[in-house]
Amino acid sequence: MSDLEHDPQEYSGELDRREDHAPGDEPEESAGHWIRNTSLGLGFSILLTAAAFWAVGTHLIWGPAIPIALIVFAIAQMGVHLVFFLHVTTGPDNTNNILALAFGVLVVFLIIAGSIWIMHNLNQNMMPMDELTHMQP
Amino acid sequence: MSPTSLHTAREAIRRVSEDPHRLGHRAHEGEGPLPGAGHGETGPADKRIIVGYGFWIFLLSDIVMFSCFFAAFAVQRNATAGGPGISQIVELPRVALETGALLLSSYTCGLSFAATNARNKLWTQVFLLITGLLGLAFVAMELQEFISLAAHGITPQRSGFLTAFYGLVGLHGLHVTIAGLWLLTMMAQVQVKGFRREIIHRLICFNLFWHALDIVWIGVFTIVYLMGVRG
Amino acid sequence: MFGKLDWSAIPFDQPIPIITSIVLILMILGLLGLVTVKGWWPYLWREWITSVDHKRIGIMYCLLGVVMLIRGFADAIMMRTQQAVAIHSPGYLEPEHYNQIFSAHGTIMIFFAAMPLVIGFMNFVTPLQLGVRDVAFPTLNSVSFWLTASGALLVNISLFIGEFARTGWLPYPPLSETTYSPGVGVDYYLWAVQIAGVGTLMTGINFVTTVLKMRCPGMSYLRMPMFCWTTLSSSLLIVAVFPILTATLAMLSLDRVFGWHYFTNEAGGNPMMFMNLIWAWGHPEVYILVLPAFGIFSEVFSTFSGKPLFGYRSMVAATLFICVMSLMVWLHHFFTMGAGPAVNTFFGIASSVIAVGTGVKIYNWIFTMYGGRVRLTVPMLWSLGFIFTFVIGGLTGVLLAIPPADFITHNSMFLVAHFHNVIIGGVVFALFAGLDYWFPKAFGFRLHEGWGKAAFWFSLLGFWVTFAPLYILGIQGMTRRLQHVNIDAWEPMLWISVAGVALTTLGAICQVTMLVVSILDRDKRRDVTGDPWDGRSLEWATASPPPFFNFAVLPNVEGEEAYWNIKLKAIESQQLAPEPEYREFEMPVNSPVGFYTAAFASLTGFALIWHIWWLAALGLVAAFAGFVVFAWRDVHEFHVPVEEVARAERARRAARKALLEQMAREGSPS
Repeated sequence: MSDLEHDPQEYSGELDRREDHAPGDEPEESAGHWIRNTSLGLGFSILLTAAAFWAVGTHLIWGPAIPIALIVFAIAQMGVHLVFFLHVTTGPDNTNNILALAFGVLVVFLIIAGSIWIMHNLNQNMMPMDELTHMQP
Repeated sequence: MSPTSLHTAREAIRRVSEDPHRLGHRAHEGEGPLPGAGHGETGPADKRIIVGYGFWIFLLSDIVMFSCFFAAFAVQRNATAGGPGISQIVELPRVALETGALLLSSYTCGLSFAATNARNKLWTQVFLLITGLLGLAFVAMELQEFISLAAHGITPQRSGFLTAFYGLVGLHGLHVTIAGLWLLTMMAQVQVKGFRREIIHRLICFNLFWHALDIVWIGVFTIVYLMGVRG
Repeated sequence: MFGKLDWSAIPFDQPIPIITSIVLILMILGLLGLVTVKGWWPYLWREWITSVDHKRIGIMYCLLGVVMLIRGFADAIMMRTQQAVAIHSPGYLEPEHYNQIFSAHGTIMIFFAAMPLVIGFMNFVTPLQLGVRDVAFPTLNSVSFWLTASGALLVNISLFIGEFARTGWLPYPPLSETTYSPGVGVDYYLWAVQIAGVGTLMTGINFVTTVLKMRCPGMSYLRMPMFCWTTLSSSLLIVAVFPILTATLAMLSLDRVFGWHYFTNEAGGNPMMFMNLIWAWGHPEVYILVLPAFGIFSEVFSTFSGKPLFGYRSMVAATLFICVMSLMVWLHHFFTMGAGPAVNTFFGIASSVIAVGTGVKIYNWIFTMYGGRVRLTVPMLWSLGFIFTFVIGGLTGVLLAIPPADFITHNSMFLVAHFHNVIIGGVVFALFAGLDYWFPKAFGFRLHEGWGKAAFWFSLLGFWVTFAPLYILGIQGMTRRLQHVNIDAWEPMLWISVAGVALTTLGAICQVTMLVVSILDRDKRRDVTGDPWDGRSLEWATASPPPFFNFAVLPNVEGEEAYWNIKLKAIESQQLAPEPEYREFEMPVNSPVGFYTAAFASLTGFALIWHIWWLAALGLVAAFAGFVVFAWRDVHEFHVPVEEVARAERARRAARKALLEQMAREGSPS
């Protein structure tokens, strides 16, 4: 048996059960629990995906609100993935993971919302590109 | 020794033994120090936490890269330059199949990791293989979509919109392809080396990557395809 | 067979590049020949090229940065002299060449001088200050360095095979699209920066994980030295924004190679999107550079004032504030591109507000000095020069943050003076302070103080004489990047600027002399104890240079300024802490994977630039094969025996004991 299979705890005394967790990792969770969580995640995801596809074609939702409904379903499904597949929860063993995720979400929001706001503003104030090219010799 | 000074001495000894680094007591501290959480008692975290967390940070950086392509798509969505727009190229049945394949592959990936936790080599490999096949189906369907579009002259060189479309969807497909190569490598490593510590660490990372790709796909099929049905 | 590459790629008809290339190639061949003849290759390969030790990697980063700083400075000398002589005349650099020079100057200075130097410091210092043995991912660290070196190699190859970009240090479309830049120049830029960018992203991931998950026992977040907080913030920014750079340059590459339409002028492309995205990266980039610089100053100010840093918690808050705010100001780089008042106002206010964070830091540094016993060593001189220089540069920045003011000064020499003011006053001064401060720790001997002080005064004076005229010229209407000047009234200022360049060159010569003199004289200036400056943080607890494992036993930290407390206790009790119980531990083995990956990255980059498709494919396959081979290795750590640990630690303790006894005799620390 090679040394590499042994978990050397050279910094503290013994293997500590109450560990901070890497995301996606629940070392003490039983196989049954894990399968249950994953299956629940699949179930919820199927529901949300089906709902999104249904929302596109339905007349039950007011037209202009459909994109918002789609975004809501998408965010909900991303949350389902995070919780049930990636085991990213709000427990104290996951704080660092949540903070990192929050930072990432902030950056994504700034890039997408910022770009859309800025470019829309620029496009409104600038001559359309094809008219501009017609002006060139 | 007087009773009060004995009490003080006992208090001092208790404080030092319970709080050797003099970090102070916090209200919610019930279970003792949490290694790897940064509160300072326990020194560097275990390698499993370090590897997983580092990969999580990498994933977030990858999501930021995707968001640039999403932003470009949002900005150039209507820049069709006289060519076809999104509503002309969306084929919902194929998108539904692609979504189903990727979602199922996320499920089988999770099942594979359950088998890994139970140290069951056979089921780990079986579910990894199914995951890979479903991923392959996804990429094949996407390639089929691109090829059939290109056959009609609907290429990324046609317009800014098509550039942004191919770029975003293609980037995701490229990630799935690379993940597929990684999956094959992991299957080979599990077969040859078994469940050594670093193989488990890599499987944690692989799981994170595969699930993250499905999360990105949720964004893609919603924003690109579903929102594009009505134009 | 070789794509677009043929003999016409070598600039036989241009004297300056061809002569420079010949000289450089001869020097490099001479160096390689010397190493071969002396038989140093095994040592270099074993101890440096395949090293995964953060200290070695940090030194190599700094070496790369210094060499590229010299090249970038050479470009600057050419630019300033060209503008001074080219009044109503073509000067000595024709436009096609001049454009490449200012593009190379900016690219090299930001990507291959400043970034490697800053990352080099983060590498060397952070694990030592955190009291741990290495970073979270040591082999990844090696890959990061070699990828950066690979990018630097590609930029330098463009000097004698092909050409460099003529589009400035950020290649704005449509000029950078194939229609207007059909040559290989922009492609050299794209691949060099892309490859180096991947390396930097991995560094960011490495240090975020290291600072958050690997600290010695007792070191909570609020007990970390300030430099570690700035490493964390800078690394968070790297992780947040380098993907934007990767994405944007990839989009431009797709446009160029495959004829896509992200940023083209026609068919629905949107060139303004490039500016938007590239500055979303570009602004946080300068904070990635300046935050660790601020960290260096925090260390220097507290050590050489003999006092703890004033307002530690407000410093942490200010750092995190700057980190987050820097993501929200990027439009101030293109106020003039046509956004409306709402957008411009938002970003203008945000750009002014971000100065508050820096203001807090400046006051804290000043208050750190107040009431302390200030020692005017070379690092302290650089820091004082920084306070004066950077504050003025920051003020001109707040001026530029006001959109109407920026409408007049955008892309003028005022802007050029501003950003050089803050980068040189902030980042470069910090790097020189840090080099002098940590040199003894890295190499075991101190640098010559006289030459260091001369270098400082020449550089400070040289900076102001160079750039103050440029502020004036900017207000008078001179735009940037002019190959020739048609206004006589500007000539005097341009010549004063050249005089400043001469002074700065003297400063650079003093730095080189300082190095040579110190190395020749090193036995007289050995750092025997490991604590030459009476330091306050954990790196000064180790020997100089530290053993490869840094600490025999990870320190137990009980308060802020971990090492200062240990030192005070030892001085009070007149004895060292009891000898610890030595245990065996494991350290990572060296690995050639970094060098190997970078070699194939360079090859693939070169192939993609010249459209040699088969070679590019080969390079990618080889890189993947290398990855699989590396992933297959069985041995990735080795045991460090207790005897070796004990031996190193006892030697260190003996030196410290001697220091204690010397202090007891003399009555005060050195």
